[in-house]
Amino acid sequence: MTERLESREKVTGTARYAFEYPVENVAYVAAVQASVGRGEITAVGTEAAMALPGVLAVLSCENAPRLSDPPDGELAVFQSRTVSYRGQFVAAVVGETLETAREAARLVHVEYAPEAPDVRLRTDHPSLYQPGKVNPVFPADTEQGEPEEVFNNSAVRVDVTYTTPAEHNNPMEPHATIALWDEHGYLTLYDSTQGASTVQSMVAQTFGLDPSHVRVVAPHVGGGFGSKGIPKPNVVLAAMAAGAAGRPVKFAVPRQQMYATTGYRTPTIQRLRLGADNDGRLNAILHDVVEQTSTVKEFAEQTATPTRVMYQAPHRRTSHRLVPLDVPTPSWMRAPGETPGMYALESVMDELAIATGIDPIELRIRNDTDREPESGLPFSSRNLVACLQEGAARFGWAGRDPATGVRWEGRKLIGTGVAASTYPAYMSPNRAIARAEPDGTFTVRIAAADIGTGARTALALIAAETLKADLGDVRVELGDSAFPRASVAGGSSGTAGWGTAVVRACEALRAKLNGAVAGGRGGSSHAGNGAIPPEGLEAAADTGAELKAREKYARHAFGAQFAEVEVDADTGEVRVRRMLGVFAAGRIINPATARSQFIGGMTMGVGMALLEESVMDEEFGDFLNRDLAQYHVPACADVRDIDAAWVEESDPHLNPMGSKGIGEIGIVGAAAAVGNAVHHATGIRVRHLPITPATLLPDL
Amino acid sequence: MDSESTPVHADITLVVNGREHRLSVDTRASLLDVLREDLGLTGSKKGCDHGQCGACTILIGGRRANGCLALAVAHDGADIVTVEGLARDGRLSPVQEAFIEQDAFQCGYCTPGQLCSATGMLDEAGQGWPSTVTGDLGSEPVLDDDEIRERMSGNLCRCGAYVGIVAALREASRRKEAAEA
Repeated sequence: MTERLESREKVTGTARYAFEYPVENVAYVAAVQASVGRGEITAVGTEAAMALPGVLAVLSCENAPRLSDPPDGELAVFQSRTVSYRGQFVAAVVGETLETAREAARLVHVEYAPEAPDVRLRTDHPSLYQPGKVNPVFPADTEQGEPEEVFNNSAVRVDVTYTTPAEHNNPMEPHATIALWDEHGYLTLYDSTQGASTVQSMVAQTFGLDPSHVRVVAPHVGGGFGSKGIPKPNVVLAAMAAGAAGRPVKFAVPRQQMYATTGYRTPTIQRLRLGADNDGRLNAILHDVVEQTSTVKEFAEQTATPTRVMYQAPHRRTSHRLVPLDVPTPSWMRAPGETPGMYALESVMDELAIATGIDPIELRIRNDTDREPESGLPFSSRNLVACLQEGAARFGWAGRDPATGVRWEGRKLIGTGVAASTYPAYMSPNRAIARAEPDGTFTVRIAAADIGTGARTALALIAAETLKADLGDVRVELGDSAFPRASVAGGSSGTAGWGTAVVRACEALRAKLNGAVAGGRGGSSHAGNGAIPPEGLEAAADTGAELKAREKYARHAFGAQFAEVEVDADTGEVRVRRMLGVFAAGRIINPATARSQFIGGMTMGVGMALLEESVMDEEFGDFLNRDLAQYHVPACADVRDIDAAWVEESDPHLNPMGSKGIGEIGIVGAAAAVGNAVHHATGIRVRHLPITPATLLPDL
Repeated sequence: MDSESTPVHADITLVVNGREHRLSVDTRASLLDVLREDLGLTGSKKGCDHGQCGACTILIGGRRANGCLALAVAHDGADIVTVEGLARDGRLSPVQEAFIEQDAFQCGYCTPGQLCSATGMLDEAGQGWPSTVTGDLGSEPVLDDDEIRERMSGNLCRCGAYVGIVAALREASRRKEAAEA
């Protein structure tokens, strides 16, 4: 158990986030959003804004500089008169102060030739299409055997449709940037991002700069949950505004503007069909998904992909269809794909358990498999059953009465539910540098991000172990694109990908140190490792080739989630009394921060189950609820007893640490466990999230 | 230009973490923005700027308040404590220590507000103030987990560190009582 290395900075307020760097002569940006859902900008009236004392510039499609090659449509800020969704950035003001910029933004008058926006997701939309791939690189459709025919002939059939709403990441720190251009045309960005290297390359491409002329600094990031995985329009806007004003600028997206401009989880409509024998053995699984993207950029959430991994069945199909709508662009939100997909699959498994009269844990065990069902690849390790059994023992599952709507405590109905979790063990190529300093300490540098995951601490532990050094002698420097190029803090891949590069760099450094000893070179002694020249010794690593040479395995983490709920029979209010997650995610590097990651994911899952819903304004476009008073994330009183544990898992086919990712699996399956518990408590099967008093009361 | 857009400035004095500051503030400026942008005290965070998330919680005259909802001009002479003022002479406060021990934060962005809120909350409970979950209004409230959760629900944490926050405040409360006994 190692406490977070930046703990003291975080509790004393000295950890600096993007907006907080002292910069001379800084000005402030405020943005204007489109007030129509679709149309053309016919005029931008800037006179009133420009007349305000302290206004330095007003930017819009009428005067913005031409960008070079924005890698996606969201980054083509002010490059067109077309409004693609309500809430899109259409203008911005640079002012001497925050107050002046905000007031001036209010005075910018944008005129439109509006058209009726098309914003309603539906399964019969004429523009439905099959995307070329789903995020990040999976086929949109897969099929094996005769799924429809076998399903129709199965002894037990469940054929249901689940829907999930749009949900917003809502990191506590808004997307924020300080942008500075120097006299050579080099750009520095203090940015709230999950990937300094990614922002560097995408912003460089946008402005036609050499990537080495863009530096992105982000040592502390106030959460992201995917929304800061790639740059959003605010970063481009800040850089453009700094250029226009001829001064460094700060831009933090106001919370209300984040809902349209910084990404969200697409709503989904998922039809699931499970065909089984009377003994619960699956013959056919069909998972057909409809979801949305914007007209600016295609984002295809991989919602049915966990169904390709979870359970055996000889006949199977998955499909994804998208509708491009006049809506904000969906993006990554914690476990995109797995989160909505497993909510549906694990709820339907509960329905099948009831239809077959088999205990839901036993049903999952009967359909376990040692090969990934669709690829046929062996799993590098798969301990779903161990998680279910360990969780059942800890939670007290044995002897559970499957009858629904029968356990009363006063006016409260009580129920328990279980669901499985899974998440891929992704890994990306990375580079790192390890240095032995003359004073006997070590420095590791990598452009990784610690968005609250505990990455800084985990990497220090990994480096100390490889170097056989004390943790206190290892300094990890990250969050800067000037360091060796690193993959994004996303896909639960950070520890695996960055950690491998750190291990290889440290191994190379040790070899150098041993060589220095053998060569008998002079210099100071280094913690028993050899002699260090005054400038230090440095070794670098690049894991690109190592990753390409990996053996073929299906690599995934698994887990089991248990929930106990009480439902107020008079108000329909659901409370999660206790929740337990048991996970199999390879070797856990730092138990203290890992537990927080699991519990944090489960907590977000409670929000998904009971609170979170972004409601589309079907008349005017954009979301109706655009602040934290209307978009409810769990508060302290919503979270009672949530605990997480893990089973020991030794997997030699992963990486030098033997670790799988842990940042996302905690949310996967959590909402299904809660929904299944609500059904157990009440007998009401809710197939749309969130489960609210309004959905339960009519049937209570 | 409409006249209501013209900035108006006012001279005020703020005592922040024991130090006096004389300032000319835009009358539209929030206390939060004055602390962060004018005084460089960026420990107090802006999460929503609407009093909905609690990241900007500070102590004004010893009582917790949302800095984003407080106009600076209305606080001339106020005595303010921010997260930068919780530690004394480099020694962390019991609440700060307990947060570290219980890993009661991840990204750290809500943490300054949680810490100021918790500091004020422990004081309120110590003075016998009830909350909406206090059963018996006639007796001293006992700061159990339900009381802590209720009293800390003005401070959102998206990383989901509530389990750790409640554990930390349970411990900090116990230590505070032991120290006062």
